[in-house]
Amino acid sequence: MEPILTINNLTKKFGYLTAVKNLSFTINKGNVYGILGPNGSGKSTTLGIVLNVVNKTEGSFHWFDGNTTTHDALKKVGAIIERPNFYPYMTAAQNLKLVCRIKGVAQSKIEEKLEVVGLLDRKDHKFKTYSLGMKQRLAIASALLNDPEILILDEPTNGLDPQGIHQIRKIIKDIASKGTTILLASHLLDEVEKVCSHVVVLRKGEKLYSGRVDEMISSHGFFELKADKHDELITLLENHASFGNIKVEDQLITAFLNEPMDAPTFNKLMFEKGIILSHLVMRKESLEEQFLQLTDNTEA
Amino acid sequence: MLRLLQLELQKLLLNRASKVLIFISFILPFFIILLSSIRFNVFNYFTLEVGHYGVFNFPIVWHITTFFASYFKLFFAIVVVSMIGNEYSNKTIKQNLIDGLSKKEFILSKFYTIVFFSAMSTLLIFIICLLVGLFYSSIDEVHLIFRDTEFLFAYFLKLVGFFSLCLFLGVLVKRSAFALAFLFVLFLLEWIIYGLLAWKLDESTATKIQNFFPLKSMYKLIDQPFQRIAISKAPNGQDFLYDFGVHWYEIAIVMAWTALFIFLSYRLLKKRDL
Repeated sequence: MEPILTINNLTKKFGYLTAVKNLSFTINKGNVYGILGPNGSGKSTTLGIVLNVVNKTEGSFHWFDGNTTTHDALKKVGAIIERPNFYPYMTAAQNLKLVCRIKGVAQSKIEEKLEVVGLLDRKDHKFKTYSLGMKQRLAIASALLNDPEILILDEPTNGLDPQGIHQIRKIIKDIASKGTTILLASHLLDEVEKVCSHVVVLRKGEKLYSGRVDEMISSHGFFELKADKHDELITLLENHASFGNIKVEDQLITAFLNEPMDAPTFNKLMFEKGIILSHLVMRKESLEEQFLQLTDNTEA
Repeated sequence: MLRLLQLELQKLLLNRASKVLIFISFILPFFIILLSSIRFNVFNYFTLEVGHYGVFNFPIVWHITTFFASYFKLFFAIVVVSMIGNEYSNKTIKQNLIDGLSKKEFILSKFYTIVFFSAMSTLLIFIICLLVGLFYSSIDEVHLIFRDTEFLFAYFLKLVGFFSLCLFLGVLVKRSAFALAFLFVLFLLEWIIYGLLAWKLDESTATKIQNFFPLKSMYKLIDQPFQRIAISKAPNGQDFLYDFGVHWYEIAIVMAWTALFIFLSYRLLKKRDL
């Protein structure tokens, strides 16, 4: 696989505060990556460092094969961070013209990209007259001007209304479907779950997990159970090697699996033991539950 | 280089406030000189004609117009500090860097713009002086006309130096209004230090030291021309000893300050997390 961004032992300190601690991961071409973490976990700082606006304290990173300088590499990257930043007194088209000049891209791209984000009819309106949703879409158009190898989005749906969020997500999915690598930083779990194939989970500047979203926790799922012989069932589960943690809430028993087991096998087993289940559901943890589990487990 | 200049010019010329200020600082002195060279008829009582006092004669016209025109630089100083201040308040500096402009290019694009406007201003002054001077002077020998044109060079250098100082202050405090306040404080500070030196040492040593300070050194490039006009009117004027020329060490001091301000602006931006 072709690497796009490689980060090695990156550390950033703001005075006494360590915002990013010894972080390493690699972004490969063609995948949609999520950087997931609560507010203040170092997502934006990490992006700031690789985008050349924040100075690193230690460690290293390189773009592509490592033979391009960050300055040149950024011309092949499209990025938007936090809020859309443009010149309020310029129109959308003028703002994009400026970006074309910075990136050294032909100005013929402007209309094409405004079309992608649905702003073509507003191109001659000043940026300050735009709504937040439109500003954010303009930012995406701006990031796409150079047909980037990788699109970096930092909290792209922050502060938007549901329609705005929906529009932005649709645009992101369209771009991803065309094979552009995307790096999406977010604290919204369902956003990452819906869009990303790979994820890096950060907490207080440290990496907790990096890899495929569906392999985030080596979990075999869990059963939610109810039975008339409540106590017998609990005793049985506690003594069975396949089950680890068992939680009881009112009549509902939640049993976490230590090894794979499907529902029919389990049902048959119970029947043989003389326990008749009135409720049996097998589930996998959602990303949210996995995320909370990950961040809780490492709580100091 | 052209790309960086184009970038900054687009930012400035699409902004109404900076467009007006650029007009005031460079086009207005042009018209004022032009107007003042025209004979005024004040209510039919008497005619006022500035040219009558010989201020538009060669070679003194070079000196006097550059001296007065340089006061209009204050208007463009507002543009310079706000071209940094706006980038911070709009956060466009961050976006510019992410879009692929390096910090060095960012400072250079501002510096090129400063040099560009200073050069344009110098060119305008050159043209208007030449026209007004030719109209008023009886001199038509080329070497006499172009005597003292070093004041034009001094004017250019003075503008570049002063705007570089503004640029540095803009980068330092990030807010336009504070940067201008800083400029004023620096002006006061130079005179306070001068006062202290004159009090502790003596006046001529104090003046010599003050001539190395940024604002004073820029002022010294084009000394006030009033004495020179007086000299030119007085008989045996050559005997007056007032040194109004443009000297190489004055040029060197201002150039050193300019280089230092641009370098410090870059260093500051490079070290800063945005």
